[in-house]
Amino acid sequence: MQHQYETTFVITPILSEEETKKIVKGYVDFLAKNNVKVLNDEHWGLKQLAYPIEKKTTGIYHHIEFIADTDLIDKLELMYRRDEDNILRFLTIRLDKHAAQYNDKKRQGLAGRNKKVVNQIKEESN
Amino acid sequence: MASPKDNIKYLSTPAIATNQKKYCRFKKLGITYIDYKDPEFLLKFVNEQGKILPRRITGNSLKFQRRVAQAVKRARHLAILPFVTDLLK
Repeated sequence: MQHQYETTFVITPILSEEETKKIVKGYVDFLAKNNVKVLNDEHWGLKQLAYPIEKKTTGIYHHIEFIADTDLIDKLELMYRRDEDNILRFLTIRLDKHAAQYNDKKRQGLAGRNKKVVNQIKEESN
Repeated sequence: MASPKDNIKYLSTPAIATNQKKYCRFKKLGITYIDYKDPEFLLKFVNEQGKILPRRITGNSLKFQRRVAQAVKRARHLAILPFVTDLLK
C-alpha cells in the first residue's frame, strides 16, 4: 500500500561539506533503491536551531517528500537511529490529501511563503 | 440596588465593552493544511514565551486549533520553534 510521506532530518554542523553530502546521498540512495518515487528533495542547509541539541546551536536540515510502502518507513527510521552521531533529529510524517495538495501547489509556486502570482509563472514558463 | 458598574458614566462607550466577533481564519480563508515547516505563520498562534495561544484568544475552530497545536509541536521537535523562550516576537 503506497502512501505519501515527508521526512526531515537535522545533521550535525561539525561535519565537512562532502561528509554531509555523503550522508544525504546515503538516504536518497536508500529510498531510490526500493522503488520509492521521490517527489521533492530540498536541502535547507545550515540553519539556527531554536534550542541547542546535543550542545550544538546550528544544524543542517534536509527535507525529502516521497511515495513509499508502509513497511519501508521502519527501515528508514532504523537507519536514522543507527546513524546516531550524525543525525541530531528526524521526523517522518504521512501526508493526508490536504497536505499532499498543499505540497504539490507549493512545488508549483502557488502556495506557501514565496508564492508567485499566476502571470509571473506564465512569464517564466514561456 | 444599582450595581457599582452602573453608576460609572462613560463619556463615550469604551471599546472593551463591544468586542469584535472572532472568526476562524482557516474557514474564512479556506486554508486546509497548516505547514509545520513555516515558522512565520505559526508565530501568530504562539505567545512571547513560545506557548500555544488558547482558542478563546485566536478564535480558531476546534478542528483547526488541534491542527495548529500539532503543527507547533512538530515544529518544536525539529527545533524550528523553541519550547520556551522570552521575547520571541
